[in-house]
Amino acid sequence: MASETDPALALPSGSRGASHTARRAWKMGKGLLSILFAVAFTFLGLLAITFFIGRVVPIDPVLAVVGDRAPRAVYEAARLEMGLDRPLIVQFLDYVGNVLTGNLGMSVSTGRPVAEDLARVFPATLEMATLGILIGVLLGVPMGVYAASRQGSLVDQVIRVVGLLGYSIPAFWLGLVGLALFYAKLQWVGGPGRIDVFYDGMVDPVTGLLLVDSLLAGETEIFFNALSHILLPAAVLGFFSLAYIARMTRSFMLDQLAQEYITTARVKGVPERLVLWRHAFRPILVPLITVIALSYAGLLEGSVMIETVFSWPGIGNYLTTALLNADMNAVLGATLVIGAVFIGINKISDVLYRVLDPRAR
Amino acid sequence: MATTRDWLLDDSPSSRLQARLGRGYRLSRALMRNPLAMVGALIVLALILAALFAPWIATHSPITQDLAMRLKPPSAEYWMGTDELGRDIWSRVVYGARITLMIVMLVAVLAAPVGLVIGAIAGYYGGWVDRILMGITDIFLSMPKLILALAFVAALGPGIQNAIIAIAIATWPGYARIARAETLTIRNSEFVSAVELQGASSFRVIVNHILPLCSSSMIIRVTLDMAGIILTAAGLGFIGLGAQPPLPEWGAMISRGRSFILNEWWVATMPGFAIVIVSLGFCFLGDGLRDVLDPKHGDRQ
Repeated sequence: MASETDPALALPSGSRGASHTARRAWKMGKGLLSILFAVAFTFLGLLAITFFIGRVVPIDPVLAVVGDRAPRAVYEAARLEMGLDRPLIVQFLDYVGNVLTGNLGMSVSTGRPVAEDLARVFPATLEMATLGILIGVLLGVPMGVYAASRQGSLVDQVIRVVGLLGYSIPAFWLGLVGLALFYAKLQWVGGPGRIDVFYDGMVDPVTGLLLVDSLLAGETEIFFNALSHILLPAAVLGFFSLAYIARMTRSFMLDQLAQEYITTARVKGVPERLVLWRHAFRPILVPLITVIALSYAGLLEGSVMIETVFSWPGIGNYLTTALLNADMNAVLGATLVIGAVFIGINKISDVLYRVLDPRAR
Repeated sequence: MATTRDWLLDDSPSSRLQARLGRGYRLSRALMRNPLAMVGALIVLALILAALFAPWIATHSPITQDLAMRLKPPSAEYWMGTDELGRDIWSRVVYGARITLMIVMLVAVLAAPVGLVIGAIAGYYGGWVDRILMGITDIFLSMPKLILALAFVAALGPGIQNAIIAIAIATWPGYARIARAETLTIRNSEFVSAVELQGASSFRVIVNHILPLCSSSMIIRVTLDMAGIILTAAGLGFIGLGAQPPLPEWGAMISRGRSFILNEWWVATMPGFAIVIVSLGFCFLGDGLRDVLDPKHGDRQ
């Protein structure tokens, strides 16, 4: 992003009143710069929240970190190490500095630096969420377009209810029901975990994504085993993004189909399929990208619950384990990473919207 | 009957009461024409009735254990089966309605007024007050709700009160955004200027003239948010940070049933149906209310 803004910054002094493109680039650069400031501000706010949760909310933050069974000496050492005798603002600046240098503290339950733990577990979540969003997009977009084209029909009503179900079904419950049905009863998919214990650790982690790593190593057997394990959790996640994406696609499409140019195209005798996909669908691509990005970010949230159900060794499982062990550093670290990714995806979709939609420039 | 109806629908009501009752009558008529909204209203009504009359609706005690009858499948005696301690799941689900209703109401009572006041103040004063308040709001909004609630519960400690506080903290920013948007459209209208010229204080303008006008969009939003609040509360209960045993909270019940999901499926499944039905009811009702109270934003049917 920085490289895009820099040339634009240099423009006004040298080429005032220059070509149209230059002025547009300057305007866009200014827009991107303001987004950059907004991002920085939001991240600072995120840090303020996690700092507040970690240091201000607990009655005794030291206890929250070392646990109530820690001996006196450990307690005192932790208290000094955390710098709790200093003013709050100094503590906060210190905290920001630590986070920026990648120091998230030590995890009590794993005994390793939180940052290292998070880097280890993140690919598992990424793999599941990515497969989930693929399912959501590939099914949700056509469903939404179809529902809009047959507005009021039975299929449309069903898709509407599916959309509302996405807001009413607890993700963890759907995961459990899925396990009972597709794993215990029908045996179509693998059980909890990323892979059968037998195959565990048989491929070297290159990317950390098991599906990719096993293919790189040429181990198709491991690939299919991993696939059978990831299918159900990814499908459950996919259902939630599908519900949201279908609902939004339907509403965008209805807006487009009510436009006069659609009527014109139909009067001219353009086949209905072309009217739908070329005339009506193309203008909604830009807002749809934003919706998909938001949905992808939302899957990170959903994965916290799903991973607990499926014993999936990702960031959600890490977070809940840390929560139950009152491992505050790990909780705050995971919260920070999930929040940062969430904000990051949101802002990137903002930028994409600006770049792609001529009206927003 | 006809005269009462005429009185309610009178175009020039002679009293404030008549105008209000007439508006309520028109709204309920419009709501009744929407089948999904009626289904939603019935579900919410059933939830309230179940919570009020739980001792009469439940067939067994929700907490008395009977180890001889543990993990029995659904039958005429135990409509939803029994759990691992021999408790009747139907009765626990019925009593769970009390907890769900309490959580939902307390979150609404805590979060909606806070959001409303912050949004109205930001919108009314504008300038740097607006910038600071909305900056804070946006930071909270930019965080995923469940994660925010989880982190707060982690710091506050598990338990149902803390879960309610945490969910309220994660929920208020949405209301602040709406209240601000509404306030911005009202602030420059002539009746506000008129009240200001009469010497009304800012406090009086906000409380007496701006907040009441924000209420209909707030009601819609709160109803639509109910499903999300129920799911978050159930999620906290499922992880073990919300309601603690032996409280019959639906999420916590699902969590207990997790170990038996492969054979005794009903233990985890039944409370889940309760969550789905109640959340869906609030969604339907909220959608219907939005169509009636705020026609310009409603989905086309």
